[in-house]
Amino acid sequence: MAISPVPASDNLMGKALKEALFAGVIAFLMFLLFVGIETYQDINNALVWRTRWTLLAVFVVISVVGRFVTVAFIRPHLDNRKLNKAKEGIPDLSEDKGFLRKHFLKFALILMLAYPFLSLLIVGKQGSLKYVDNFGIQILIYVMLAWGLNIVVGLAGLLDLGYVAFYAVGAYSYALLSSHFGFSFWILLPLSGIFAALWGIMLGFPVLRLRGDYLAIVTLAFGEIIRLVLINWTDVTMGTFGIAGIAKASFFGIWSFDTGSPTSFVKAWGLSASSVYYKIFLFYIILALCILTAYVTIRLRRMPIGRAWEALREDEIACRSLGIDTVTTKLTAFATGAMFGGFAGAFFAARQGFVSPESFVFLESAVILAIVVLGGMGSLTGIAIAAAVMVGGTEILREMSFLKVVFGPDFTPELYRMLLFGLAMIIVMLFKPRGFVGSREPTAFLKERKAVSGSFTKEGHG
Amino acid sequence: MEYFIQQLINGLTLGSIYGLVAIGYTMVYGIIGMINFAHGDIFMLGGFAALIVFLIVTTFFAGIPVALILLIMIVVGMLVTGLWNWTIERIAYRPLRGSFRLAPLITAIGMSIVLSNFIQVTQGPRNKPIPPLVTDVYHLGGLTISLKQILIVVITSVLLFAFWYIVNRTPLGRAQRATEQDRKMAALLGVDVDKTISITFIMGAALAAVAGAMYLMYYGVASFNDGFIPGVKAFTAAVLGGIGSLPGAVLGGLLIGLIESLWSAYFSIAYKDVATFAILAFVLIFKPTGILGRPEVEKV
Amino acid sequence: MTSGTNTMTKDTILKVEHLSMKFGGLMAINDFSFEARRGEITALIGPNGAGKTTVFNCITGFYKPTMGMITLARRNGKEFLLERLRDFEINKVGGVARTFQNIRLFSGLTVLENLLVAQHNALMKASGYTLLGLLGLPVYRKAVDLSIEKAKYWLDKADLTDRADDPAGDLPYGAQRRLEIARAMCTEPELLCLDEPAAGLNPRESAALNALLHSIRDEGVSILLIEHDMSVVMEISDHVVVLEYGQKISDGTPDHVKNDPKVIAAYLGVEDDEVDEVIAVELEGGHL
Repeated sequence: MAISPVPASDNLMGKALKEALFAGVIAFLMFLLFVGIETYQDINNALVWRTRWTLLAVFVVISVVGRFVTVAFIRPHLDNRKLNKAKEGIPDLSEDKGFLRKHFLKFALILMLAYPFLSLLIVGKQGSLKYVDNFGIQILIYVMLAWGLNIVVGLAGLLDLGYVAFYAVGAYSYALLSSHFGFSFWILLPLSGIFAALWGIMLGFPVLRLRGDYLAIVTLAFGEIIRLVLINWTDVTMGTFGIAGIAKASFFGIWSFDTGSPTSFVKAWGLSASSVYYKIFLFYIILALCILTAYVTIRLRRMPIGRAWEALREDEIACRSLGIDTVTTKLTAFATGAMFGGFAGAFFAARQGFVSPESFVFLESAVILAIVVLGGMGSLTGIAIAAAVMVGGTEILREMSFLKVVFGPDFTPELYRMLLFGLAMIIVMLFKPRGFVGSREPTAFLKERKAVSGSFTKEGHG
Repeated sequence: MEYFIQQLINGLTLGSIYGLVAIGYTMVYGIIGMINFAHGDIFMLGGFAALIVFLIVTTFFAGIPVALILLIMIVVGMLVTGLWNWTIERIAYRPLRGSFRLAPLITAIGMSIVLSNFIQVTQGPRNKPIPPLVTDVYHLGGLTISLKQILIVVITSVLLFAFWYIVNRTPLGRAQRATEQDRKMAALLGVDVDKTISITFIMGAALAAVAGAMYLMYYGVASFNDGFIPGVKAFTAAVLGGIGSLPGAVLGGLLIGLIESLWSAYFSIAYKDVATFAILAFVLIFKPTGILGRPEVEKV
Repeated sequence: MTSGTNTMTKDTILKVEHLSMKFGGLMAINDFSFEARRGEITALIGPNGAGKTTVFNCITGFYKPTMGMITLARRNGKEFLLERLRDFEINKVGGVARTFQNIRLFSGLTVLENLLVAQHNALMKASGYTLLGLLGLPVYRKAVDLSIEKAKYWLDKADLTDRADDPAGDLPYGAQRRLEIARAMCTEPELLCLDEPAAGLNPRESAALNALLHSIRDEGVSILLIEHDMSVVMEISDHVVVLEYGQKISDGTPDHVKNDPKVIAAYLGVEDDEVDEVIAVELEGGHL
């Protein structure tokens, strides 16, 4: 768009009106077929159609109004803000952290630790099932997956579009070894991680010399291959039916969460039977796994290997000239990321009690990648926020039954879950192309730790 | 032998469709270096446009010639889909041009999710079957060639020629190639880069719309989900052929079509996609920039 | 890795023999041989397109030469054929570090981090390839302290101590050049290869660079540099090799090369009988 001084407001309104009308015409043409016309099958199963002019009108009006508001108000506002910022000088990144921001991590941790009990207190046993499971555990699984992928994409700068493959390897390792050999969760959790890491090395070794988008498509291909093998190798994986009845995790072998068991947790503690205890237990497991992931990531970043990952993201050729074995460095990043994916997979299998290829589609990889980028590559806090917003947001949508009052009883908010998820991805990216937290914390400093602005960091080419 | 040739023909038909979609990927990649993940859904949108046009046309003008119906389906599909892709580029990709490389990739993935769910919400999640449009079948010895297969291959060839002509022989094509080589320099020399990129998106979408219409004609159903698998395969085709290269996209498409049909015929239909992806990985390991891709020179 | 055969005179660090490099049909380097001596600054000069950077890329492992041998003798007596080492081993095993014509810093890492990345191999070993380091053993801690000390030493030398915690991409051009050299030095090389270190520097930055290079040489590190700026070459190098169209046309001390008619002809593209005139001008003006 042209850079012009703030125009006179009537001029602006005229322009906005013109653009809004143009947007209306475009929207009419775009939505005419898909919204204006509804296709459905009649009693004879033949495809027929009817018109939906009102709905089409709604779409067009929304486009017109949206465009008008954008041009007339939002864009000038943003331009002004940018102008003011430029006038004030370079924004300071490190200064002026409030008390809350300084201790953000501690607060977050305390809140997470107390979360299940808070929900028990507030909504009771039955009600908190939903909050602990759908919100707590669900979000934390994505946090862990995104933190794992962050090592590969955010630190090492390798674009991996098939991360879900390692999640699947972990889940199926747990499901198969637990149902065939009866190994316990606590043995299989590390084993699943190791298996996933081995797969990471196996898949990574031949392809890591590929660069950029070639690497992306090959990782996508590997992800799909693993899913297709899971579907088709029915003798072992039961195909699309999946593996059901996977053993639950036990309380370190002391108490079991199966209701009939003699060492039942509820009996031992004299509690009334409820599945909420198991969920709370799972919540703490995944929380611990997340903390482990974060701890390892933070430690590794300050180790030579972690610095080499980031250096690789910045400039691979320079790395080689400094004697860094780039292949090994990439492989370790790939394997470490895969290992955390494997842990998360094993946990997922134990939580669901059921795994099927359905859970490991490309969309999952895309969602995890989106969380990493939306959060701000490399930033653990940003990624956690992104996971909470994106996953929690879509979960909330499930709960919005009050919308039925507005849109009528046929309205199923769930239908719009992914639609809104996609829209949110686009909107966040448009406003924050570098994610929620765009700056980077240096891993070492002489005098003061200053965050590195996102405009200096690169995103990798491999 | 006849069986083999039969499979070859089936593979070529399928490959033509993949090739058409792959061109959209490869052109966008060539000109702005971005994987347009939503392109598969643009293809699906093209199929739906064709489907709805078909329903309307057959309601109002019962008994008009099939060729005319097909023509209307394709033309309207191209226009509508082109308009969609133009808008998408304006809204979701252009503001991010020149910023972080992964940002447009994420908006493209978001757009892909939005498009497929948009169709799911507005047109329903069920498969949409249409009555067969073209039913003629020819027998040549033991071979069976259907008219729709011939149509697909012929339309693809014609479009490819037209396309090749545009890119290599017209001022528009020159602007596209210049923008691809060096966007800033092209702009300095008076190429309207924004317009050129927009037109590229429209062209890619138009080809995808044709592919969508032919996919609908070939299989007789459309579904909101149809974007992903053919999209990924077309993308695979583009990479296999060497992303950024037009002949590469077509070659890749044909190869993928052939691999798929031959693998299904001689080995197992269940593992045909595994074979496709495995061959892709294999080719890239030995030829890291695809079959016809320019080798990447590391500038030190 | 070949070692042992003592084909090199004691003070030779790098010996390039019959080096040829072909790109498709183009012969970029044709049967080029030269030696660089230990503890000296050797300059490789030549007109644009003479093939200097190609020679550099062959020596530092970014190209595999079509023909020829590049032998490097380390201080401990071991010799390596550089063209047989893998790209990263040239630095790790061969002790050759380099800089780039278009500066290649880790621009999103801080200046200090850039210098720490350069000590990757030493730190990896000290951290027991990460595993022991995760436990925070004292051995590793000590190695980390040492690495920071070394980084400080080079920060000081390159006059970058004030900017240590700033992102490398934020530095002015001249400082980026010095940082790249400091980063290369943190790998403890025996041979430092510099690709046009003075390009784009203002006179003051150029002087600072010369001082830095001299102090590096005084530490016993040999330097091989490509340079366009004749004043830099003549001022700091001990030995000059001139390349034109992929072939060596002159080799010797700066004075010798400066007065070599072939070199002058190559640089100015003049006829032989005009050479004398050129020399006269050049002696007066100080540099070309």
